Amino acid sequence: MNPTIKVEKVSKSFGKMPVLKDVNLTIEKGQLFGLIGPSGAGKTTVVKMIVGMEKVDTGSIHVLNEKMPKLAILQKIGYMAQSDALYVELTGEENLKFFASLFRLNKKEQKRRISYAADLVNLTPDLKKRVSAYSGGMKRRLSLAIALIQDPKLLILDEPTVGIDPELKLSIWNELLRLKNQEGKTIIVTTHVMDEAERCDVVAMVRDGRILASGTPSELKNFYHVSSLDEVFLKAGVKQHANLGVN
Amino acid sequence: MRISALIKRISQQLLRDKRTLALMFVAPLLVLTLMYFLFNGNTVDPKLGVVGIDQNLVNGFEKAHIKVKEYEKATSSTVIDDDLDGLLKADSGSGKITLTLRNDDPNTAKALQMKINQVSAAQVQAKLIQQNPAATNITPQKIETKYVFGDKDTVFFDVLSPILVGFFVFFFVFIISGIGLLRERTTGTLERLMSTPIRRWEIVTAYLAGYGIFAVIQTFIVVVYAITVLDIVLAGSIFHVILINLLLALVALSLGILLSSFAASEFQMMQFIPIAVIPQVFFAGIFPLDGMANWLQAFAKIMPMYYAGDALKDVMYKGAGLSEISGDLTALVIFAAIFIVLNILALKKYRAL
Repeated sequence: MNPTIKVEKVSKSFGKMPVLKDVNLTIEKGQLFGLIGPSGAGKTTVVKMIVGMEKVDTGSIHVLNEKMPKLAILQKIGYMAQSDALYVELTGEENLKFFASLFRLNKKEQKRRISYAADLVNLTPDLKKRVSAYSGGMKRRLSLAIALIQDPKLLILDEPTVGIDPELKLSIWNELLRLKNQEGKTIIVTTHVMDEAERCDVVAMVRDGRILASGTPSELKNFYHVSSLDEVFLKAGVKQHANLGVN
Repeated sequence: MRISALIKRISQQLLRDKRTLALMFVAPLLVLTLMYFLFNGNTVDPKLGVVGIDQNLVNGFEKAHIKVKEYEKATSSTVIDDDLDGLLKADSGSGKITLTLRNDDPNTAKALQMKINQVSAAQVQAKLIQQNPAATNITPQKIETKYVFGDKDTVFFDVLSPILVGFFVFFFVFIISGIGLLRERTTGTLERLMSTPIRRWEIVTAYLAGYGIFAVIQTFIVVVYAITVLDIVLAGSIFHVILINLLLALVALSLGILLSSFAASEFQMMQFIPIAVIPQVFFAGIFPLDGMANWLQAFAKIMPMYYAGDALKDVMYKGAGLSEISGDLTALVIFAAIFIVLNILALKKYRAL
């Protein structure tokens, strides 16, 4: 079976600034895939290209066997952006309804999905409140609920736990694992926190627009003979620089 | 369905933003009313000081609504001290008459000078007739005046108001739609929208329709208010006036949305006002175009307000019908079409497809 996402030899630059250099990724169905790396490494650009919001300069991206960008595939992708893009004048429910309509869910389906998604992120009691009255954590949860609204096969979450308290962070991660295990969803998460990376099935380490290393967390640790992903990251970085030096 | 969802959302947002609503619906009425009173203010009779002027002439001045004050002696400093608009002084020796004008407001000064000349010419004529009764026949006949447009009570505001009505519709729709989409850009919701299967043209259409509904209501309120409450001259049909304003609102909408893609903040959006909005006023017909340099006239032709102002003036003041303004209407439709296509292209910035 073909992988859910296949990124092949993708390079991209903004103006004269190269942001991605020869990126290759393969993400299988039902995987929880982590893109780890410091801010500015190019994680968001990779994610945006998978969604089809950015064009690749060279190389190709296939999602669910379709070459991106393709509008029809967006129906199957739940995307949560790095910043909470919400309509603060509207209530939580109105935000959910709006996005549900954009995915062309019918009335009955809308109702079912809204109550499911709101329940999932514990926002049911606050649905009638305007988003301007929400706390930061509530906004983050609403964004996650919106990403889940159309029951997508593929979830792409760009730094979903930034600015969230540890308790909520844990509950979001438990939910992601449940979505993966019980509903067989493919999930991509970007993060710069290593302990989150430990929970992923496969991680890819991104730095300066390149994939330094990828594999399961234990594979990576064994390969570099270290005990934590932090150290993997450091070692892989050094190796990269050494390679560059040889070239 | 996506379009209607977007329209519904835009309406919900606007209806909850009471201040923006007020700006859109009340502000144009306020400014229009102010302009109305400013331009319809009564003119004050000019004050003239006289030294050694014949009593007949003084009586003539008073009949012509000039307030006359007689002095034994006066200089130009008297004009300032006594707040006169002019001083007419006959030299006791030579009899030569000099008029000193205050000229702090050129309009008042010119009007006073003209009145004085008229009155003194009439006096000379009367004297001639007295001395030579035969000359009665050669006095010019009284000239009767007819008006093609308007009547003898026409004031500048009557000509100006159609342009003002159009301009306010243009200005407020431009600002509100531009900032509306800009907010969507800066808060990241536009990017979020682009990650759903919505098409670019659907977004542009929904924005035009969503803000269009409010623009229609605003146009209606402004036009009806101007005509019924302010009693602005309307020679043609009110439906034609509304039609012109609706097309103008569509141009303003699409231009506002388009320019918002070149602005990074609300403040930068405001910076478009002196570039994209103010020059429109100059070419809307308030200043006669015929007197302008050729290149300036050509420049006017790329201004949407030029066509709207022309059409509004034709309908409201001259009573033109649809066929006479069809050229202007076509021009507005072309402007809107160009801006709409550019908008759809500009959204490519947010999604490759």
